[in-house]
Formats: sequence, C-alpha cells, structure tokens
Amino acid sequence: MGLEAQSITVGYGDDPILETLNLQIPKGKVTVFIGKNGCGKSTLLSTFARLIKPSDGSIVLNGRDIAKTATKKVARDLALLPQGPIAPEGLTILQLVRQGRYPYQNWLNQWSADDEAIVQHALNVTNLVELADRPVDSLSGGQRQRAWIAMVLAQDTDILLLDEPTTYLDLAHQVDILDLLFALNRTEKRTIAMVLHDINLACRYADHIVAVNDKKIYAQGAPEDIVDTQLMKDVFQMDAEIVLDPIFGTPMCIPYGRGRNLLKQKQQEEYQSTNQLPEAEIEHIQIPNPHATEHA
Amino acid sequence: MKNQKYWSLRARNASFLIDKRAFGITLILFILFLVMIVLSLGLGDLFISPLSVVKAIFGQSTEMNNLVVQSFRFPRILVAGLAGMGLAVAGAILQGLVRNPLASPDIIGVTTGASLTTVIFLTFFSAGSETSMNISIQWLPIFSFIGALAMGLLVYFLSKRGVSATRLVLIGIGLSAGAKAFTDLMLVLGPSYLASQASIWMTGSVNGASWTSVLILFIWIFVFLVLSLSLSRRLNAQTFGEKIAVGIGNNLRRDRVLLLIISTALAGGSVAYAGTISFIGLMAPHMARRLVGSSYGSLIPVSGLLGGLVVMLSDLIGRTVFLPLEVPAGVFTAAIGAPYFIYLLYKTRKWG
Repeated sequence: MGLEAQSITVGYGDDPILETLNLQIPKGKVTVFIGKNGCGKSTLLSTFARLIKPSDGSIVLNGRDIAKTATKKVARDLALLPQGPIAPEGLTILQLVRQGRYPYQNWLNQWSADDEAIVQHALNVTNLVELADRPVDSLSGGQRQRAWIAMVLAQDTDILLLDEPTTYLDLAHQVDILDLLFALNRTEKRTIAMVLHDINLACRYADHIVAVNDKKIYAQGAPEDIVDTQLMKDVFQMDAEIVLDPIFGTPMCIPYGRGRNLLKQKQQEEYQSTNQLPEAEIEHIQIPNPHATEHA
Repeated sequence: MKNQKYWSLRARNASFLIDKRAFGITLILFILFLVMIVLSLGLGDLFISPLSVVKAIFGQSTEMNNLVVQSFRFPRILVAGLAGMGLAVAGAILQGLVRNPLASPDIIGVTTGASLTTVIFLTFFSAGSETSMNISIQWLPIFSFIGALAMGLLVYFLSKRGVSATRLVLIGIGLSAGAKAFTDLMLVLGPSYLASQASIWMTGSVNGASWTSVLILFIWIFVFLVLSLSLSRRLNAQTFGEKIAVGIGNNLRRDRVLLLIISTALAGGSVAYAGTISFIGLMAPHMARRLVGSSYGSLIPVSGLLGGLVVMLSDLIGRTVFLPLEVPAGVFTAAIGAPYFIYLLYKTRKWG
C-alpha cells in the first residue's frame, strides 16, 4: 500500500532521465528528494504524480497501477503542488481552495456540506480564514504559497507531493512553509514527498531523504544515516564539511568553495608562476579543498 | 461558512455556491438586455414609443407598428443579441483554454475559417447559386461550424508546444490570411451580386435577418451555452494550467477538445447569421472579468450578456445615426475593439 515506483524508466533512447528505478514512498513520513540541478528529481516527482508517463515500468498507488486508474479517483488519494503555480487573474483564495474539491464534485454537486467543511479546515490550518475573499495575486509570496497548499489540502488526500514548495520565498517564509507541512504530517498523518533545493532544510524536516543521481537513486534513508561528505561529493560534486545543526542536531552541510580565499589563492598563483612551476600543477591549485592543499 | 459574499444552495443531489455579487450583476445585465431590445425596437427611421413597442410585440399596436417591429426590427435585433452572446462566450472559453487574454475567435482565425466555409456554402449550395446542388439554408450554421472547428483545431495543434501569446496570435494571423485569400477567390469565382452581398455579411451585419434564422440561431446558441455552463467547472480547472488540472483529477485532453468544439460551435453559429463581427470575443470576456472575476460559472453568463448588449448597441447605432445610410454593426465593434486590442497587447507585452 502507499505510493511506489516499480522499475520505471522515464525518457527514451540511450539517454533516459531515469532508468529502471525502484522507490517506495514511506507511508506517514516526510520524504525529500535531493540532487543537483537536472538530475531528474523533479521528473521523478512528476512521474509519481502521473504528469509524466514512464516509458517503462509503472507507478503503483494503493496496489493499483496509476496509469490504469481514473484520474479523478487518483486525485482523491494523491495531490500535487507543482513548482511556481499561477492563479488566474483576480481569483480569490476561497475560489482557489475550492478547486481542491474538484475530484469530489460534478456539474450538479458543486458545494456539498463536506466540501464546505473541508475547505474551511484547509483555510484554518493554513491560517487564511481572514484572507479568504482576497484575490490571490494581491498576496505576498508566503501567503500565496499557503493558499496553494490549502488548495492541495482541500483535496483531502493521504499523500501530498510538492515540487520545490519554497522556491522564490525568503528564508523566514521557507521555514514557515516547511513548518506547516511538517505539522500536517505529524498531526494529520499525511504522507508528504517533496523536492527541496536547500540540503540543510531538507535534513531538518525529512524523515527520509532520497538522493537522486545519474538516472538512479544514489542513496536513501534518514538524513543522519546518509548525508555525509561522500554523498555531497558524489551527488553534488562538491567538497563540503558536515556538521550538526546546532538547534536540531540534524546534519548540516558547509560547502568549501573558494570563498574568501580568492585573494590568498591569487597570491599563491603569482608565487607559483614566478617560481616557474609546470602549468599542470597550477591548475591543481585552483581547487581549494583539503586534498588540494597538500599539493600547494 | 460565515461568508457574506455567497449563498450556499443545497438540495438532495445538488449543491451550488452562488456568488452574490456575480448573481446581482448577471441580473442587472439581463434587465439591461431586455431594455436594450425594447429600445432598439422603437428606434429607427420610424420612432415607436416603448409602450407601443411592447404592444406591437403582441400585435396590439397599429398595423404599421406591428409590421416594423415584428417583421423588420425584432428578428435582426435578436440575431444581433444572440450572435454577440455566442461570440463573447466563445472568446471566454478560448481564453481560459489557452490561458491567454489575447485569444478570441477572430484573432486566432476561427471566424475567418467560418466565413470561408460560409462563403463556399453561399456560392455553391445556396438557392441563389448557379450550381444545382441546392441545400436548405438551415444547414448554414453547420457549414460555418465546420470551418470554425477546422481552424480552431489547426491553430490548437500548431501552437501545441507552449501556447505563448505571440505564437498564438502569429499562427492565427497566418492562417486567417490563408483562409481570407480562399474566401476572396470564392467571391471572384461566384456571381457578382453574391460578392457584394457577402462582403457586407463579412463585415458583420444583421440586416435582413428572418425569423427562421432567429429560431435556428437561438436553438444553436442555447444548446451550446447550456453545455458550456455545465462544463464551467472543468473550464475553471483548465485555467490553472496543465499540472494543477491533472493534479486535481481533470481529464485534460478530453475536456480540452470538448471545450474547443463548444467554443468553435458558438463562434461558427454566430458567424453564420451575423457575419464576422469582430473583437466581441476579445472585449466582452475582459469586461466580464473586471466585473465578476475569473470564475467561469459567473464569467460565462456575464460575458454572454455583455457581448449581446454591445452587438445590439452597435447595430442600433449603425442603423440610426447615419440615416438613410446603414452601417454594418461590425464596423462599430471594430472601432472600439481595435484600440482595445492594442491596449491589451501593450499591457501584456511581458507575456512574449
């Protein structure tokens, strides 16, 4: 039961985006997909949400192939919030959130008592009751994102999929949105799977991290167990220090990069070149990580 | 919900949420629509007072009044109102489908497609044509519908990869030009009296409408209007974009084709009887959105009523202000519509 990818391949030919990938989304937990840009993590989420059809393999929702289930029925078990959604001009929050009831309605039944109660609940938990009649495009970024989350909540599904729900938000609102989603998971037992860019926030909120790399899943598990320097190196091609988050004790990644060493490095280069070192060795110095310093 | 802006209506198997403001506006527009009809019936080279108009509708006024109202003015006014409704709702649906405020049946070439097949019908199959393939005039809307639908599908498939505003308008302009060339060819090939008749018709004129055309157009528009209202929820889902629409369980492909057919049917039927009255499909939904917002449950009736009102007004001006000359209604809608379109292009230039 739950949501599962069974040896899915997405994309065609010799260079598919994902290849024979298996993944079970843990029920009742917060799962976060991480990986570098273009690694296929958003594609994976979209495939789970039936936006993309796998060229091979299948997505199984509660024991049934999602491609063979009526889309309206799927929408009662699985909700999706894509990245950067745009509401039609002038639409109010209430009108937006109401859309979440779509899979339960028909042309005669457009506002049942259930619809009303669930929309009201979605507005309550996202703290939008007071703003219900305001147009979506008049809201701030954080409020707008909460309105979209309310719409997804109104779908009343066990599983929520979110593609980068914190993009375009400042740090305070990113934390606000993630707190809300975490609370929904813990209080309403909703299964949440999302793509996040910020690895530190991912470690803080995820029960389960799925690192996607090279068409496959590189590693998955609790952040404490899998996020380490080797993962950062293999998945993000980046040297980083992993420390513990001083507040929650979850892994926290501190990237090396050149940073303020830029000037120091220039001086080194000048020194090296005046000492007539071979070119190959100078190139080596441009990577300022612990391993490179040995050469310097 | 403690919301002052809505009424919740619930019966055993039905439930609706009615936006009070939108309901009020629809009601006011409907009354204005009726007033406009009475006013138009009374004005012209023979002035008839509103009271006599109402009497004449039921045949209780003087013989002259009865004739003018019942036979000359009433049919054309109704055709104007219905065609305006049809074009406006066609535009509203199209704008939601492609999520683009610049879409309208005339700008993307749907009406040009309809006029091509209509002219083909008039040239080859109508009673006045020189060929022997006479088909009853009742089939005219079917012909217009075929042209409109073919054009709509063509534009839809050609612009499938990302329907950007510019792309859509450019494809529409290209296809319109092609269809127009063929229309001109038909006119050159056909008998000359038909050419002058058709050119007036193509500007958008309701002169000489008969009760038969009123009846056919009424049924046609009524059926597709009811259909579009019953699908307004699905249309709303489309306006959120593909991903959200699929996410909330909308059957995207089926509903798109269905809505496109309804939109082109409304445009095609209107064009068949009133010609290519331009810019109504663009303006009316815009004005409606200003009044009642983006929800299609209210947008469809309000767009329709506004479209009908504007075309009736244009026809009224066209046949009263320049007496004894008569100017086709399409000239006036274009006179307001063209600047409006340029303003919209300017306002939405960021859509690129």
